[in-house]
Amino acid sequence: MKHDICLAVRRFISENFLFRDDGDAITHDASLLDAGIIDSTGVLELVSFLETTFGIEVQDDEMLPENLDSIRAIANYVSRKLESSKIQMVA
Amino acid sequence: MRVESFLLESARRFPDKTALVAGPERLSYAELARRAGAFAGSLRKLGLARGERVVIFLHNSPEAIVAVFGALLAGGVFSVVNPGTKADKLAYILNHCTAKVLVTEPRLADIARAAHERAPAIAALLMAPFEYAEAPPKEQPGIDLDLAMIVYTSGSTGFPKGVMMTHANIAAAATSITTYLESAASDIVLSVLPLAFDYGLYQALMCAKVGATLILEKSFTYPAVVLEKLKSERATGFPLVPTMAAMLLQMHLQPGMFPDLRYITNTAAALPKAHIQRLRQLFPGATLYSMYGLTECKRCTYLPPEQLDLRPESVGIAIPGTEAYVVDDQGKRVPPGVVGELVIRGGHVMKGYWADEEASERALKPGPYPWEKVLHTGDLFRTDEAGFLYFVSRKDDIIKTRGEKVSPKEVENVIYELAGVREVAVIGVRDPILGQAIKAIVAADDGVSERDIIRHCSARLEEFMVPKHVEFRGQLPKSENGKIARKELAAA
Repeated sequence: MKHDICLAVRRFISENFLFRDDGDAITHDASLLDAGIIDSTGVLELVSFLETTFGIEVQDDEMLPENLDSIRAIANYVSRKLESSKIQMVA
Repeated sequence: MRVESFLLESARRFPDKTALVAGPERLSYAELARRAGAFAGSLRKLGLARGERVVIFLHNSPEAIVAVFGALLAGGVFSVVNPGTKADKLAYILNHCTAKVLVTEPRLADIARAAHERAPAIAALLMAPFEYAEAPPKEQPGIDLDLAMIVYTSGSTGFPKGVMMTHANIAAAATSITTYLESAASDIVLSVLPLAFDYGLYQALMCAKVGATLILEKSFTYPAVVLEKLKSERATGFPLVPTMAAMLLQMHLQPGMFPDLRYITNTAAALPKAHIQRLRQLFPGATLYSMYGLTECKRCTYLPPEQLDLRPESVGIAIPGTEAYVVDDQGKRVPPGVVGELVIRGGHVMKGYWADEEASERALKPGPYPWEKVLHTGDLFRTDEAGFLYFVSRKDDIIKTRGEKVSPKEVENVIYELAGVREVAVIGVRDPILGQAIKAIVAADDGVSERDIIRHCSARLEEFMVPKHVEFRGQLPKSENGKIARKELAAA
């Protein structure tokens, strides 16, 4: 599942933020902020993409670099969120 | 007063007090002054002479603050350039002010080197982190009539203009602003604003002047992280632009979470009335200052906080020690209610645009005294009966987005470079977060896509200048003399 999330996130980022020619080379662990790919309004766009695509709700205090600053961090964060909502549904 | 003496004086009075907190670093006034002195020593060693330009191309960091004060201590003139600037524009700026030294960091090194190759006057490229091994210069760096900085700002021609400020200009602006904000050594100011933006730069200069502590953040990308710092550092001052205010109001914050906050400020564009109300609910203990200004005089007006309920839409009155009034096309003052151009008088008015006499003459016109120039702002204003000022519109087409000024011409020039583009007009459209969003209306050959245009712009322009929207049309409307009717498109 994480792999699929990675792919979807990567596609979103390349379509919306990666306009530079060298952009497609971005690694899963690269800091999106340091690479100049995402800025403060970009993060808002990313969050609304995650919410609509994966049906999760990103809380204010979850908008942190450790959750959102690389493709891998985003995939981990989203799959954690999906897991916890599944558990809630079962319970 | 010279600007480096802000720092030296505070280092003498409060050597052990925290001057700067940036990421994991905490620097005392004594340490910040020592580093600035050593940096000045290394600039001198590289041959920087009095009045020569040092371009600072860094993210918000301790090194950027050190470089600002170090350049002045060496008798030089600094210019802080936005770290989002691309190589073409950086090269333009380096050549325009014939900079002698370019200061940068590893993250920006590729762009800096590409620009450096095209700027023959650059004698040295300094890469952060610095070593601070040199002794500070022994001789006096100069007097306060000397040029201190050049601030590049969007010009309506599409090329950035370099606003020239002397030490005395900066001291006048900083004195006036710290007066009405009632700034004191007990203040702790948290700033996420880029130092290339004069609003951000002055946070550092004014903190140094009053001996306050500056918490310098790189950006507002992760508001929760910034707000946590605001709380843990017990910040007393928090400068905002409307985009940040809109982002704060989208979060689910509890009123009164920041009991130490004494004031918040807003400038760059007016806050919507509803946002003013909600900000005051969110920060009940803090005073809100609505302000207005332009780089050419740093700040024009502020609304005394007690007027906020009476005149929420006014930008207020002239800042202390200066004058702001509205004139007609002949330069005569107009009565209340009549729209005219805002004119500014005071020690904070710039000396002109670097190497651009024509533009300088348009902005600076003879004042009441033979030796004085007053600033014609190009902004249309009116006053009410009590003399409070209201912004009406710009005389030119400059777009305000995310608190940054964007020249439509600069963006259009870049889009025209793309093969297949026949006509383009760039306008600002309303946006709840950005204030205005950049929109490009393009007539182009088949095969030119929205993605092509945005990709092309992203490689050449700062992020905030890149169009958010692109619309294609067969052709663009023209005025009678055949020029693209940008105003008509903007009004539609």
